[in-house]
Amino acid sequence: MGFSSPQLATTQAARAADRVLPQFCIQCGTCSVVCPLIEYMDHSPRVLNAMLTAGSHEEVLHSRAIWVCTSCYACTVECPKQLPLTESIYALKRESLRTGTYPRRFITPVLARQFVRTVDRHGRSSEAWLSLALYLRTRPLQLVRYAPVALRLMLRGRLPLRHESVRRPAQVRKVLEALDATTTGEHA
Amino acid sequence: MSYAYYPGCSAKGTGRSYEESLRAVFGALGTGLDELNDWNCCGASGYPAVDAAKAAALSARNLALAEDAQPGAGPVDLVAPCAGCYRALLKTGRALSGGGPMAARVGGALGAAGLRYEGRARARHPLDVLVNDIGLERIAEAAVRPLHGLRVGCYYGCLLVRPYATFDDRRAPTSMERLLAAAGAEPVDWPMRTRCCGGSCYCGGPLIGALPEATLRLSYRLLRDARRRGAQAIATVCPLCQFNLEAFQRQMNRTFDERIDLSVGFFTQLLGTALGLSERALGVQRMLHWRLPDPAAAQGGAHVRA
Repeated sequence: MGFSSPQLATTQAARAADRVLPQFCIQCGTCSVVCPLIEYMDHSPRVLNAMLTAGSHEEVLHSRAIWVCTSCYACTVECPKQLPLTESIYALKRESLRTGTYPRRFITPVLARQFVRTVDRHGRSSEAWLSLALYLRTRPLQLVRYAPVALRLMLRGRLPLRHESVRRPAQVRKVLEALDATTTGEHA
Repeated sequence: MSYAYYPGCSAKGTGRSYEESLRAVFGALGTGLDELNDWNCCGASGYPAVDAAKAAALSARNLALAEDAQPGAGPVDLVAPCAGCYRALLKTGRALSGGGPMAARVGGALGAAGLRYEGRARARHPLDVLVNDIGLERIAEAAVRPLHGLRVGCYYGCLLVRPYATFDDRRAPTSMERLLAAAGAEPVDWPMRTRCCGGSCYCGGPLIGALPEATLRLSYRLLRDARRRGAQAIATVCPLCQFNLEAFQRQMNRTFDERIDLSVGFFTQLLGTALGLSERALGVQRMLHWRLPDPAAAQGGAHVRA
């Protein structure tokens, strides 16, 4: 996007947020109205945009709100200014992981990283192992609560313990590593 | 006629009966599905939160493999039943075909591993294929055991119609209603059918329950509304949605003092039932609970336990 206020260009986080757009936001609140998860956010989507426009990037990157977003694209589809809101939240998630500003005690950043580790290693995800790893990392006691559902699924062949893998993990790794080598600072 | 087929990780786990019923339905309609050799994870919604280029590269490898399996100049349709995979593959295909720095980087990374995406392969959802390629007329003819006015809530969730509306309307989709009506069902009017169930943040692991309270409440609101509108069963197009809406009804009833007891299956299971396929072929024995009104006793309201 073409122009930006002086504040928007100060930090790298700001540059990422700047690409994302909020200077065109008219604060109509449609995104907040259609967001199904707003009640679990510390700042509503509209407020996130207001904060970005006002230069409070650090605070946005520390917020839980961006990690509550399930990327359902309701806001993107309804935004009267057609701002790419969901993609901008993805960009903020990446920025908060990269700068270490993500909420440490919140579960979804841990999940995203665990998911990436699993896929990097096996080329595929395993619901059983991913769930187990995440629970052990974040709240092992909750395992007891979900054990009955897990058991019912296992009895029906819906939670196989064998970890699915691609046959050529080296090829997948090669593709991913080629991107490590060509990092251009493009994070959005 | 046959299509390239991308199962996605959940099709080998919680969504196994989606794959089983999809194969059975396509088979009954004389359409083959050739599983993509050595497919990998699409990146789901978890990978793009960490690295956008790598997430695209993961989907791009699948598209490249699909083209590799069908050499030539024509388009390659890759059928992806999971709404999450469908969206990821679709997004990547569009991004790479559009050019730009990201497309060049991802193209280069594919090249490093001896792969190439020409832009021929594109994701298709089986709902789209059934309604628009195979056609409702043929499906109505094949429905030897029509669903006899079964009142069904057609749940699209988020990613099938958003952000891309390739074959239906983003706000008021009708494909599934038309399909299941052709199979004899009576779809209920359900405006919440495209509202998020809360599951997509789990990236392929619904048991994970990243925010269990939120998911429970979101799913509960959907089911409560569907029941109020007279739904007797829910048809889904995504293994994560299916799981969320099916597996936590007991907890919903405890938490919200309710009595939700809805069969939540894949749309292919309901369609397959109408096509006269056996419950085993449709993976019905894998469902946590599945109780459709007995068509023979449709007037009396009696229920049979599957």
